[in-house]
Amino acid sequence: MVKRTFMLVYNSLIVFQKDVQLEFRTRFSINAIILFAITTLTAISFSVGPAKLDITILSALLWIILFFSAMTGLSHIFVREEEQQTADTLRLVTSPLAVFLGKWLFNVVLLFALEIIIVPLFFILMNTSGGNSNLLLMVLFLGSLGLSTVSTIIAAIISQASARGALFAVLAFPISLPIIITSIHGTRLALEGNSVSTGFSDLQILISFFIVILTVSILTFEFIWKSN
Amino acid sequence: MVKIKATNLSKKFNERLIFKDVRFELQSRQSLVVTGQNGSGKTTLIRIISGLLSPTEGKLVFIKDNQEIELQQIFAFIGLVGPYLQLYNNLTAMENLVFFSKIRGLGTNKSKILELTKQMGLAGRELDYVKNYSSGMIQRLKFVFALLHEPPILLVDEPTSNLDEKGVEIVYGLLNKQMEDKILIVATNNPEESRFGQTHIHVGL
Repeated sequence: MVKRTFMLVYNSLIVFQKDVQLEFRTRFSINAIILFAITTLTAISFSVGPAKLDITILSALLWIILFFSAMTGLSHIFVREEEQQTADTLRLVTSPLAVFLGKWLFNVVLLFALEIIIVPLFFILMNTSGGNSNLLLMVLFLGSLGLSTVSTIIAAIISQASARGALFAVLAFPISLPIIITSIHGTRLALEGNSVSTGFSDLQILISFFIVILTVSILTFEFIWKSN
Repeated sequence: MVKIKATNLSKKFNERLIFKDVRFELQSRQSLVVTGQNGSGKTTLIRIISGLLSPTEGKLVFIKDNQEIELQQIFAFIGLVGPYLQLYNNLTAMENLVFFSKIRGLGTNKSKILELTKQMGLAGRELDYVKNYSSGMIQRLKFVFALLHEPPILLVDEPTSNLDEKGVEIVYGLLNKQMEDKILIVATNNPEESRFGQTHIHVGL
C-alpha cells in the first residue's frame, strides 16, 4: 500500500515534469493563457480610464479574466496528448490516476503562475488596493484550485470529442459557476477590507467544492481515460 | 512464467461486429501471429490484448506464477509497438526514453537506453528531437520504447512498417530473440512474418 502510494506520487510528478518540459518548449498553454489575460486586462483598463470602479464590479472582472484565461489555456493538457497520438503511449505506461494527478498539478501551477502576473497588474491598472490581502490570497488560492480541477477533468472529457474548442467552455461554465460566484463574493469582502472570519463561509464553500470536484474527478477519470 | 488466456473475445464498434469468438492461450516461449484483411480487426485485437481497448464480450486473463495479474498492473508486463503509438515530438529521443523509463520505475537507466538505441541502429542520434526523425527511425525508436522494461509479453503491430532493409533485419533478430523465452504476438499482412507465429489467428468475419 505504502509502495503503491509512493509510486503514484512519483509517477504523477514524472508526468508533471514531462508536461512542464514540453510546455517550456512549445509554450502552447502559457502563450494562450497569458496573451488572453493581458489583452482582456488592457481592454478593460482602457475602457474604464481614470474612473474608479465599484468593488463588486472589480471582483467580478477579476474572476471573469481568470475564468476565461483558464478556459483558453488549461484544456491543452489532454487535447495535446490526443492530437499528437501520445495518449495511448501514456495509457500503456502508467495508471490513470497518476496521469490525472500529474496533469492536474500542471494546471494548478499554470493558473497560479498566471495569477502571480495578472493579479498585481489588475490592482495597478484598476487603481485599487488589496483590502484584506490575507482573505484575498485565500480566496484566490482556493478558487484557483477549484477552477483548475474543473478545467482538468473537463479537458479530459472534451479531448475525446471532436468539437473540442466550443465544448470546453460550454461544459466548464455550469460546473465552475459555484466557484466563480463564491470567489467573486469572497474577493469583494476582501477588497472591502473585511476580516477572514467574515469571509469564512465563502472559504468553506470553496474548500468543500474543491474536495467534492477532486474526489469526483479521481473516481471518474479512469472511465473517461479508458472510454474508447 | 507468464500466461495469457483469451476466451471468446469479440468486439463491436457501435453495431458493427469486427470479430467474434477469438480464443487463444499463450505462455512464455510461445508466439502468435494475427493475420487478416485491412479492416478485419488485427489492430483492434492487439489493442484489446494491450489493454488499450475493452472487448465487447469475452475475457482476457494474464497470469504470472499461477496468479492472475491485476488489471492495473498489466502495463508492466507488456511492450507494444504499433503505428498508433507515438512518442513526444518535442522531446529528444533520450528525453522520451528517460521519461518512459522513470515512469516504469526503472530510474534514468541511461546505459540500457544507450544499449538499445545502439542495437536498433540509432546510436549517436539520441539527442535529436523526435520531430526530426524519419518515419523509419521513429519505428526503430518505438522498439526501444517497447523493450526498455524487458517485457515478458511483446505485441507488435506491423513490425517492419517504414523500415529499410537493415531495419527489417534488426527487427527480425529482435523478434527471434523474444520468441526464445518470452511471449510474442505479431499482427501482420506480410507472409514473411508469419514464420514468427507458432499459433496463427485469422481475424475477420
